[in-house]
Amino acid sequence: MSELVQLTKFGVTELEAQHALDRLTVRDVDYADLYFESRTSESVSMEEGIVKRAAKSISQGVGVRATSGEKTGFAYSDELTKKNLEIAADTARYIANSPKGDAPVPVPTRRRPTRDLYPMERAKAEVATGDRVALLNEIDAEARRYDPRIKNVMASFNTEYKLVAVATSDGTLVSDVQPLSRLQITCIAEDHDNRQVGSFGGGGRVAFEFYREGDRHLGYAREAAREAILNLSAVDAPAGVMPVVLAGGWPGILLHEAIGHGLEADFNRKKTSAFSSLIGKRVASEVCTIVDDGTLPFRRGSLNMDDEGTPTGCTTLIEKGILRRYITDKLNARLMGIPLTGNGRRENYQSVVLPRMTNTFMLAGESDPQDIIRSVKNGLYAVSFGGGQVDITNGKFVFSASEAYLIENGQITKPVKGATLIGNGPEILTKVSMVGHDLKLDNGIGTCGKDGQSVPVGVGLPTIKIDEITVGGTRS
Amino acid sequence: MSKKSLSPSQTANGFAQLAADVLARAKSCGATEADIVVADGETFSVQVRVGAVDRLTKAREKRLGLRVFIGKRSATTSTSDFSQDSLERLVADTCTLAGAVVEDEVSGLPDAVQMATDQPSLDLYDETVLDTETQIDWAKRGEAAAFAADSRVTNSEGAEFDSSSGRVVLANSHGFVGSYKSSNFSLSVSPIATESGTGAMQRDAWYEVQRKFARLASAESIGQEAARRAVRRLGARKVATKRVPVVFDQETAGSLLANLCSAVSGYGLYKRASFLLDKLSQTIASDLITVHDDGRMVGGLGSRPFDGEGLATRKNTIVERGVLKSYLLDTYSGKKLGLPSTGNASRSVGESPSVGPTNFYLVPGMKSAQEIIASVKDGLYVTELIGFGINMVTGDYSRGASGFWIENGELAYPVEEITIAGNLKQMFKDIEVIGSDLVFRGRIASPTLKISEMMVAGN
Repeated sequence: MSELVQLTKFGVTELEAQHALDRLTVRDVDYADLYFESRTSESVSMEEGIVKRAAKSISQGVGVRATSGEKTGFAYSDELTKKNLEIAADTARYIANSPKGDAPVPVPTRRRPTRDLYPMERAKAEVATGDRVALLNEIDAEARRYDPRIKNVMASFNTEYKLVAVATSDGTLVSDVQPLSRLQITCIAEDHDNRQVGSFGGGGRVAFEFYREGDRHLGYAREAAREAILNLSAVDAPAGVMPVVLAGGWPGILLHEAIGHGLEADFNRKKTSAFSSLIGKRVASEVCTIVDDGTLPFRRGSLNMDDEGTPTGCTTLIEKGILRRYITDKLNARLMGIPLTGNGRRENYQSVVLPRMTNTFMLAGESDPQDIIRSVKNGLYAVSFGGGQVDITNGKFVFSASEAYLIENGQITKPVKGATLIGNGPEILTKVSMVGHDLKLDNGIGTCGKDGQSVPVGVGLPTIKIDEITVGGTRS
Repeated sequence: MSKKSLSPSQTANGFAQLAADVLARAKSCGATEADIVVADGETFSVQVRVGAVDRLTKAREKRLGLRVFIGKRSATTSTSDFSQDSLERLVADTCTLAGAVVEDEVSGLPDAVQMATDQPSLDLYDETVLDTETQIDWAKRGEAAAFAADSRVTNSEGAEFDSSSGRVVLANSHGFVGSYKSSNFSLSVSPIATESGTGAMQRDAWYEVQRKFARLASAESIGQEAARRAVRRLGARKVATKRVPVVFDQETAGSLLANLCSAVSGYGLYKRASFLLDKLSQTIASDLITVHDDGRMVGGLGSRPFDGEGLATRKNTIVERGVLKSYLLDTYSGKKLGLPSTGNASRSVGESPSVGPTNFYLVPGMKSAQEIIASVKDGLYVTELIGFGINMVTGDYSRGASGFWIENGELAYPVEEITIAGNLKQMFKDIEVIGSDLVFRGRIASPTLKISEMMVAGN
C-alpha cells in the first residue's frame, strides 16, 4: 500500500542516507542505492486437527550497493551504523578501483509510487491470532467432511508486512508498504494401503477478509481434498512424446520456466541464455502473446515499484510469436542499452537485485476449450502442477503435474499419477496450435527461486494445446 | 593471505548472558519452559566473470530465536534487533502467541537429563581470515583454469568464492548452554561450452566446500573439472523411450539418498506423508544398502556437537543391509511415534525444531564408477536431474535428466531432454551395484550406484 514511509522508521535520517550515498558514489561508480527494509512475518499452522504452531519473525536492515560498469559492490547489515556504512563504502570503492569519494550525488527527491495496487488499512494488516486459528479449524472440518477417506489435513496461513524505502544516487527516495499473505492446504487421503496427497492454496497482497469472502477458504479445502481423493484412483502415467492440453491458470508455470527465466536480461547480457540474440525472431506460434505484468491489483506478483524504486509495468515479451523484450533491472538495462521494465527485485535487504518476473501470462486466444480437448485423439490433460525448473543455457525445462488425465478419442478419461513434462524453451511454444478464450490467473501461490533468492510471483494461462511434448510417465 | 585469530570469546559469553536474560524474562511472563538460539556470523563472497570481478559482497549478521511453552502451548519468534526494548516486546509477543494456540499433549522441551553433557570441538572452525585479494584470486584462477582447459569453453556464468564463519549459542530453561563456532570455504566454477557449427551451448559446474581453507582442492583442479563436465555435454540428443538400467553418478545418487532422508524424517512419518510409513525393521532396500547418519564426523559439513534442542549428536545406523533400522527424530516427532529422539533436531533461528540429517551417507561398495558403467550393455548414466517430480507420500518418481547413453559398457554420447521415472520404494530395492567412490561435498553423500531398470522417456 502506498504511503510515505519516513526513513526514521528505519532509525536513519534523510541526511544520514544522503551522506551514505555520497560516500558510496566514488569516482567510476555509475550508480549506488540504499535499500531499507522492515519485515514482520507471522504464521500459524495446523495438522492432526489442532493448530499447534504459531510463529512471528521481525527483521530489519539495509542493503548498500554500488555498481561500476558490470561490477557490483554489495554490503548489508541489520544495523545502520557508521561502521557498517564504511564497510559498504569500502566494498563499493574496491570494485570501482577508486581511492576515495569525490562526486556529490543529487539530493534525493522524496516521492511516493504514483498508484496503489494493494491498498489496505494498516489495522487490517493485523489479524488476531485467534481469527487465524478459527480459519484453519474451519478448513480442517471442511476437508474431512468432503470425504471420510481424508485422514490428515495440514494447513498453514502466512502473512508478511513489509516496509521498504529506496534511496538512489540518481536522486530518488521512494517507499512502499507491501502486504502479502497465503493460505496453503495439503490433504492426505487413505483407502486401505493406498495413500495419496492433494494440495491447494491461494493468496495475494490482500487483507484477511479475502479468505472469508464467499467462504473462499472452504473452497480451497474442498479442492485439496478433491485432488487427494481423485489421486486414489489414478493410473500410471504414459511415457513418451504426445499432445498435451494444459488447463488455464497455474499451468502457466510452463511460461515461467520455458521462456520467462530465459528472457531475464542478466542471462542475455552475459549471452548464457538459450534466448540470447533471439529478439525479433520467432520463438512461438502466431497464437501466442505473452506478457509480464507487475501492475495487476492485489496480485501476489504485483508491486507498486520494484526494489530499485522503478514503477512496475506491463511488458510484452512475445507478440504473436515474435520475441520482443527482455525483462530488466537498472544495471542490465544500462549495460545493454535497452528499456528499463521495472523488474529489479530482491528477496530482502541481504540479497542483491536481479531481473525477475512479476506476473507472467499468455493472453487469451479464440478457441473454445472444449474444442481444444476434442481435437486430441490420445494425449494428456494437465490441470495442476507442482514445481518446475529450467536450465537457462540449453533451454531444457521441466514441470511436474499433480493432477492430470488421459485424453482418449477427444474425451477426458482416467486420472493419471503425477508425471514430469520436459521440453526445450525456445521450441516448445512453436508447438502451441490452439489457445483458448479462457485466460485464468493462478490463485496466488507461486514462489520463484533464482540464485538462492525467493520472490513471490504469479502466472496465468488460457487452455492451450501443445502438439507434442515428452511426458515422463512409467507406462510405455 | 593474512592469518590472524579473532577474539570472539567475549561474544560467546555476551550471547550466553543475553540468552539467560531473555529466558529469565520469559519465565516472568508466564513461560513454564523456553529455549533460545542466538547466531551471528560474517560472510564474504566474490563472483568473478570472464576474468573480472562481477560482484563483491560483505556482511555481518546476527539473529535471535525464542521458543516458549506455557504448559502444553507453544510459540516461536525471532528478531535481528537485540535492543532491550525490542527483546522485551519479543518475549511478550511470544507469550501472547503461545496463549492463542491449542494445547498439544506431546509438546515441550526434552527432559533435563537428556541434554548433552559433552561438547567436543569436532574441528568445525578455521580461524584463517582471508583478505579480499586472495579470495578474488581464487575465483579468478578457478575460472581461468576452466577457460584454459578446452577451447570449446567460450563463456562463463562465473566463478564464486565464499567464506563465512559464525557462532551458535543454544540455551534453555533446564540450564543447558551450548555453543560452537563453524566456518565454510567454497569455490564453484560454472563454465559454458559452445558447439562449433550449431552454436548450441551447455553449462555445467563443479564446486568444493570445506570447513578448513587448507583442505580446499586447488582452484585449478576445480576449474578443470567444471570445464570437463560442460564440454562433455556438447552434442547431446534425445533417445527413444525405453526401459533400461540406470547408473547414477555421485551427485545424482546423492539426490536419491536425500529422498531417502526425507522419507525417514519423523515429521513426514507421523503426518502419514511418507512412503516409508510403518516400515521400521522391514526390508526397504537392496541388501547392499547400509546408511549412516553421523553427527560427530570430525570436520564434517553436517557435524555439530549438539542438536537443535541441545541433545548430544551421535552416529545412527538408518539402514543396515537393506533393513530400515531407525528414523531421524527430534523430541516432538519421536514422541508422536513413541520413540526417543535420535539427536537430529535441526533448528533454524525463529522456527520450532524440525528434523534434519547431519552427515548422512551410503556406505561405499567395491566397484569403481568405470566398472559399474562397464557392466551395462544398453542404458543411461545420469549426471544431472532437474525438477520436483517426487511424491513423498507414494514414492512416485519422475524427473528431468541428462547424462550419457551407455552402449556395450562405454559412454557413447551425451543425452538430454529425457525423463527417468519409477517409484522410490522399488528403486531402492532395485539398486544392484554400489560404487567405492564416496566423497563428502555436503551433508548428504553417496557413491555411484546402479538401478537395474527404470523407464526413460524421450522420443
